Amino acid sequence: MSIHRRRFVAALGAGAVASTAGCSGSSGNQDESGGGAAVAGETLTLTTTTSTYDTGLLDAIHTDFEEMYGVTVDAVAQGTGAALESARNGDSDVVMVHARGLEDEFLRNGYGVNRRDLMFNDFVIVGPESDPAGIQGMSSATEALTTIADAGAPFVSRGDNSGTHTKELNLWEAAGTDPGGDWYQETGTGMGEALNIANQQGAYTLSDRGTFISQRSEIDLTILVQGPIEDGPEILANPYGVMAVNPGVHDNANYDLAMAYIGWITSPATQDAISDYQMNGEQLFFPEAVSENPDFQQYVPEGWSGNSTDG
Amino acid sequence: MPLDSVAPLLPAAFGAPVAADLPALVDISTQFDLPALLDLPFREGYVRSIIYVSLYVSLTAVALSTLFSVPIAVVMGFTDFPGKQFAKSVINTGMGFPSVVVGLLVLFAVSNQGPLGALDLVFTREAMIASQFVLATPPITAISLAAVSGVDEGVRDAARVLGGTRLDVALVVLKEARYGIATAILAGFGRAISEVGSVLIVGGNITGADGISKTRTLTTAIQLEARQGQYGTAMILGAVLVTLVLTVNAVVIRLGDQGVRR
Repeated sequence: MSIHRRRFVAALGAGAVASTAGCSGSSGNQDESGGGAAVAGETLTLTTTTSTYDTGLLDAIHTDFEEMYGVTVDAVAQGTGAALESARNGDSDVVMVHARGLEDEFLRNGYGVNRRDLMFNDFVIVGPESDPAGIQGMSSATEALTTIADAGAPFVSRGDNSGTHTKELNLWEAAGTDPGGDWYQETGTGMGEALNIANQQGAYTLSDRGTFISQRSEIDLTILVQGPIEDGPEILANPYGVMAVNPGVHDNANYDLAMAYIGWITSPATQDAISDYQMNGEQLFFPEAVSENPDFQQYVPEGWSGNSTDG
Repeated sequence: MPLDSVAPLLPAAFGAPVAADLPALVDISTQFDLPALLDLPFREGYVRSIIYVSLYVSLTAVALSTLFSVPIAVVMGFTDFPGKQFAKSVINTGMGFPSVVVGLLVLFAVSNQGPLGALDLVFTREAMIASQFVLATPPITAISLAAVSGVDEGVRDAARVLGGTRLDVALVVLKEARYGIATAILAGFGRAISEVGSVLIVGGNITGADGISKTRTLTTAIQLEARQGQYGTAMILGAVLVTLVLTVNAVVIRLGDQGVRR
């Protein structure tokens, strides 16, 4: 408590100094301090998922943001669950994740504000070319999982509360199957490691397309059930969202810079850069933020209705 | 009894090498920098920067831990007090404390929700130093204590007989125990620079968009490569880490030998 009060006083003091400076110093470097200067030199902490980081996308696009505002972006790749938890503890300013259900919970609990749809790719079910369970070309992801379960073919699960793991659990639920038994292995690792484990064991796994493409040259797995990008089932869609940490909950969150980041990453130029980012000649992410017909639904949790909160 | 000779040894063995040899070590490591060995998929300066962060964090943590641990070991070695055996047990248990648990504890402390939240330490090198300090302190204390206790009683008695003050006696014992203490420091350094659990949690494994490390160490870089299935590059970074530890060990042992010749 005392810390808060001291901070508040400090803020008052700083405000007073700033306002005095504004009164007296009408000459000076006023013209230099346009736009980005207010945040220049600050650091934005972004907690995000391994899939955005490990594909190299963030490193490729962040330089532009850093130069535009004169700031530093600290990208911490943690997986969706951990990224949201860091933000919940006030340890990050902006979150970029891919599990709408968890994002909605985060928003509903008041930790995040101003969510925007950012980009999407899709999940694919990959496995050995020999395809022991025989799921190749199935048009239903849930049917494919049920088939794998019935055959008892080895399946590697991320088991780490990541966006991909969350999607996988949702798929099992939709399939009405409770995975378990010797064939189902939770690895608790990142996507790349999970793909390697699946590769070594001749197992199936669920992967986001980006990570799979970036690693395809090293492993013998192949895509057996496509996602919606290649006309697969819509249930395998993998949308990414970006949102700011609520400065009303964590007063140390760098809200101005977080919103500048969200504005920048959803701008047409950056969305183009995301679209242009390729690995092994393939596009990994498809921009989703810029549209002539804005999707108002993106700002509120799925199925939210304004009347439901107060009776 | 040339008590004076201990004095130059102390700063050399404990404080000074950190400041003096850090740039030198980084220089050494960059001379055998990797493009020569293999065509690594890393950007200019990346490997150098993670080596620098590794050394900066671990050497600082070990230096602070040494300044903290060795006096404790000396005091404990010289005095008998009730519960001394229990204190030893606690220290020895600390040697086996999982680094990931230390990382979590430090995270709780420095997180913006934690008691030190106002300092804004989460995802910084300072937080990493704090967690490695916690990790390095038990082995340095325990091994120093063993070394100090192992000094022959006769040496202490001789120092006392020659009219040495308590401080003089302590310095003599330190000199006699210097190899053991050097081993303690190296053990602490080995624990610090090789651990991945805590620095990953409190540091966040961050590099800038330009590929220069902020809180990425060799170990967390290896972890990242392994996560991506790049086992080859992970192994090469592992070889760099081993080389680095070997170099630091050689430097410390050499300093110890020079102390003797003087």
